[in-house]
Amino acid sequence: MRNFLVQFAMLSSIFITGLSYAGEARDMAKDPVLEKRMVGLAEELRCLVCQNESLASSHAELAEDLRREVRELMQKGMTDQEIKDFLVARYGDFVLYEPPLKSFTLLLWLGPFAFLIGGLILLIMKLRERQKNMVEVRLTPEAQKRAEAMLNEEEDKQA
Amino acid sequence: MTRFIWPFIIFLVLATFLFVGLGLNPREVPSPLVGKPAPAFSLPQLHTPTRQFSPQDMKGKVWLLNAWASWCVACEVEHPVLMELARSKIVPIYGLDYKDKREAALAVLERRGDPYVLTVSDFSGRTGIDYGVYGVPETYVIDKQGIIRFKQIGPVTDENLREKILPLIAELEKK
Repeated sequence: MRNFLVQFAMLSSIFITGLSYAGEARDMAKDPVLEKRMVGLAEELRCLVCQNESLASSHAELAEDLRREVRELMQKGMTDQEIKDFLVARYGDFVLYEPPLKSFTLLLWLGPFAFLIGGLILLIMKLRERQKNMVEVRLTPEAQKRAEAMLNEEEDKQA
Repeated sequence: MTRFIWPFIIFLVLATFLFVGLGLNPREVPSPLVGKPAPAFSLPQLHTPTRQFSPQDMKGKVWLLNAWASWCVACEVEHPVLMELARSKIVPIYGLDYKDKREAALAVLERRGDPYVLTVSDFSGRTGIDYGVYGVPETYVIDKQGIIRFKQIGPVTDENLREKILPLIAELEKK
C-alpha cells in the first residue's frame, strides 16, 4: 500500500512538471520552427541602429525588441509580407535590405543594366569603327612567292 | 581632344555624387509617419503611474512628443534647449520615456529639471516601435488634428528649432 502511495506521488509529480512544462512551451523563443522562420525573415531586414547589420545578427537592444515583435506577429498568424509591411509603415523602406521597385528606386534597380547596355553599345561602335579603319594589305606577286617558299621550307623541316 | 572630354565628364559626375554623399547623414532615416496620424497609445504617467495619457487627449492642440531616456547621452545635450522652449510656453512638450527604469528617469528629471508637461512610461519600448523610434532622442511635432507633421531625429538644437520646428508650429497654430 505504501509502495503504491510513493508510486502515485512520483507519477503525479511527473504529471505536474509536465503541466508546468506545457506552460513554458508557450514561450515561442523555444519553438524551433517559428524561431527559424523569424530568423529567416529577420535576415532580410535591416537593423536601424547598426544599419549594416541585419535584424537577425544585430545585438542592439532595438533589434532584440523587433525580433520579439516579429515573433509575436508570427504567433498572431501574420504572413511574412504583412510583417514586412508592419515594419515599413513604422521605419520606412530602409528596413528592407531589398528595396521595392518604385519610381524613386528605378535608377537603383535598372541602373546597372543601363550601364551594361551602354557599355555594349559603346563596344560595338568602337569595334565597327576599328574595322572600317583597317586597310587590307595586298602582297605583291613576288612577295607572295617568297612567303610561300618560306612556308614550304618550314613544312619540309618539320616532315 | 574629344577622347579626354568624356572620361572627364564621367569623373565630374562621380565626384559630384560622392561629394554630396559625404554631406548626408546616414543616421537620418526619413520617417514614413510624417503626414500620418500619430499612433494611438495609452500609457501610465511617469510621476503618477495610476494615471494614463493618450494622444487623443491632445486633440485641438499643437504639441511636441519627445522620446528620451535617462541612459541617453544625446538627451543631455538637447535638455537645455527643451528647458528654454518649455519656459517660452510656445508649445507644450510631452515626454515619452523610452526603455527606462522609473527611479532612474525620475532622478534625472529631478537633477536636470523637467521640461515636460508630463512624461509617459514606455518601458517595454512598444510604443516606441509604433512611432518608429530607433534612437533617442527623437521629437515629433503633432498638429491639432493629431497628424505628425515633422520628426526630428537626434537632439533638438537651437538651430533646427529656429529654422524648422518653430516656423512649423507657428504655421500649424494658425490653422
